Amino acid sequence: MVAREETPILAMIGITKVYPNGLVANSKVDFQVQRGEIHALVGENGAGKTTLMKVLFGLEKADEGDIFIRGQKVKISSPHDAIRHGVGMVHQHFMLAPSLTVAENIVLGAEPRRGLWFDRKKAEEISRSLSEEYGLHVDVRAPIKDVPVGVKQKVEILKALLRGSDILVLDEPTAVLTPQETGELFLALKALKEKGHTIIFISHKLREVKELSDRVTVMRGGRVVGTRKTAEISSEEISRMMVGRDVELRISRPTAASGKAKKVVLLAKNLQKYSRDGKEVLKKVSLQVRSGEILGIAGVEGNGQVELVEVLCGLSPADGGQVFIAGKDATGKSPGDIRNMGVSHIPQDRMIYGVAAEASIEENLVSTRYRTSPVSRGISLDLKAIRQISRHLIERFTIKATSPSQSVSTLSGGNIQKVVVAREFSTNPQVIIADQPTRGIDVGATEAIHRYLVEATEKGAAVLLVSADLAEVMGLSNRLCVMYEGEIVAFFPEASEVTEEELGLYMLGLKRQDPREIEAAMMGEAESRPASEAETGEG
Amino acid sequence: MKVLLEAVFSPTFAASILRVTTPILFATLGAVVADLAGVVNIALEGMMLVSAFTGVAVSAFTGSAWIGLICGVAVASALGLLLGYFHLKLRTNIILAGIALNLLATEGTVFLLYIVAHDKGVSSSLASKVIPDWQIPIIKDIPVLGAMVGKQNALTYLSLLAVGVVYLFLYKTPLGLRLRAVGENPDAADSVGISVHKVQFIALAISGALAGMGGAHLSMGYVSWFSRNMTSGRGFIALAAEALGRRHPVGGFIASLFFGLADALSNYMQSLRVPGEFVQMIPYLLTLFALAVYSGRQMKTRRSFK
Repeated sequence: MVAREETPILAMIGITKVYPNGLVANSKVDFQVQRGEIHALVGENGAGKTTLMKVLFGLEKADEGDIFIRGQKVKISSPHDAIRHGVGMVHQHFMLAPSLTVAENIVLGAEPRRGLWFDRKKAEEISRSLSEEYGLHVDVRAPIKDVPVGVKQKVEILKALLRGSDILVLDEPTAVLTPQETGELFLALKALKEKGHTIIFISHKLREVKELSDRVTVMRGGRVVGTRKTAEISSEEISRMMVGRDVELRISRPTAASGKAKKVVLLAKNLQKYSRDGKEVLKKVSLQVRSGEILGIAGVEGNGQVELVEVLCGLSPADGGQVFIAGKDATGKSPGDIRNMGVSHIPQDRMIYGVAAEASIEENLVSTRYRTSPVSRGISLDLKAIRQISRHLIERFTIKATSPSQSVSTLSGGNIQKVVVAREFSTNPQVIIADQPTRGIDVGATEAIHRYLVEATEKGAAVLLVSADLAEVMGLSNRLCVMYEGEIVAFFPEASEVTEEELGLYMLGLKRQDPREIEAAMMGEAESRPASEAETGEG
Repeated sequence: MKVLLEAVFSPTFAASILRVTTPILFATLGAVVADLAGVVNIALEGMMLVSAFTGVAVSAFTGSAWIGLICGVAVASALGLLLGYFHLKLRTNIILAGIALNLLATEGTVFLLYIVAHDKGVSSSLASKVIPDWQIPIIKDIPVLGAMVGKQNALTYLSLLAVGVVYLFLYKTPLGLRLRAVGENPDAADSVGISVHKVQFIALAISGALAGMGGAHLSMGYVSWFSRNMTSGRGFIALAAEALGRRHPVGGFIASLFFGLADALSNYMQSLRVPGEFVQMIPYLLTLFALAVYSGRQMKTRRSFK
């Protein structure tokens, strides 16, 4: 396929954006998109992709540079301008009002009227016909708060289409989707392309870029490294362009420990948890993690993983069941006590549970052990020791910072996560509970964090890895289970033998294994029976 | 006790509930509109007070209660815009700005009262007018019902009408839809080209106007004079009623009636041998109780959104 040399539908020329704090987010960026193509925009966090798209959508104002749409120079100073020029954006965090219905969200800002009144029937009609036209099926009357993530995303796309957008920007659209939902999205995007729409697709996932896009533009450090035809470039080349060096793309799991009996370090028995409105969010979950292995938990977000992690870490009490750490009862203990028993926790939301954003790097690094020597000196802190520990950790975990006293909030997402990881790993934990440890961070930092997890495991730690990123959870785990609606519905003693499609069926609740078999396979003596036998219980 | 029961179960008591509910109801509706737009209007109290004063002063000078009402409402609405200016343009915390406006209103009205009426307590030296009572033709002749709702102050009827109007506005008009969207997710509204600030300014202006209607009722309907701090916390009770009514105009109406009942009850009990100070506590104790219930509910929703 040869791209015709015509006027690009979108050209951003010489875009420079410097944030007030001096960060150069875009430096003389040239970015061109042809009509009717799917153009992937890739790069690490902080590479400037999002800033560039914010400039395009009028959310940020560029200091220099021009935007041309269909050959015309345009000035975009608000989302309103962008929409007027046919640019629509599907944000990473959905821009939807939860209590309003699907139809209301779609027409918001361009509501059909009947006299003085909002014409709800018309709004539903418009939404319905639009959703049929583009094959993005949604229930237009359902309140947004009741629909799954995949539908919310469709609503976002419909919103943009209703406003006549023929240039659609999708910011990491697959981050929150199951493989099936992703497949559906890709079909819809390809259909949109057939209809002549132009799609800009921001992603971290190279496999998706390869599968979906016609061309790919790579950004690094606020500059464009290059634009290529996707068919003519390998994933390895793209990743090299992204990070400026070779990256180990294949994730390597810890080598399965040798024959000697591995000790069960984390044991959960029949954990139950009810939400405030009485829903059973954990339904008698049992699991065990042994020293020297990674147990992965896959699943669509919101199927009890958050509650499971909270209970295991002591952040919220269980309504039933027990937790043992290295044989000692940890049920109902406080997070502090559980930490003292040798448990580390890499939380899902680093800004809320992981760090104190306004505090300095060094304060965050010692925040779990300020009570003990050498950080503590009775009633005062040993600032020298803290500085020394921090310098050591910053170096060992390659945290990019100008000084240990720099506030954490000034770091990039990947480096903030490294601060969390450095702190959690520095105490030589027996158990590491890693909840979405690499969500929203760049390839380089992800790779580093994966390596640390594997290293800790090989030194004997037991790791419980919760992740919605299938590649991660499948690549790192030794054993793997799937959570669906508060239950473990599948268990695989050999994570390497599972396919993504198969996992997807369990994640969506289309298939499940016999609970007794799961329990027997996970909790029983793994040595006494061949792994293959335990895996036959699919129903 | 017998006296009290007789009084409570008389139609005139029901009528008095409606009467004392009026200012609370207006302010509650004002609280609903502002809160749904994501701008908590904690200055309702001050807005009511300023309107109560302006209404009395203007009606005394113009000889027209209605012009007084319009001016009172306009000034309260302008205070809403001022609050919006502080919060949206100057980026002050809306609670602090609201407290400042309340303090300004409390003391400012006393200052202005002294200028126009040469009195720091009551405006009785001014020949201010009152908003007339209306009679509903047929209903007033129905036995019990007539005594309850047949003849009330014009503003009381308007407050009942306002419940419906605010409901229709919020849930049936395009602007209402936008207002709710802005309150729930300002980024969502912004992303489709709705000016969040504009909608919030409008909401605060409407909120102020409604509070102004309530304030005017106090000084030109309930009584016929302005006295210092005559709102005595009704603006805050309205916030409680709004919360108790789950941010809905009809729920707010029911909650207002509940506080109106408490208010009316305390008025009646003062005629008994119960110490007045104790009786006067009732509405505020109920407010406290209601807020405790509300905050419990809030914590629950916050958790479920986590």
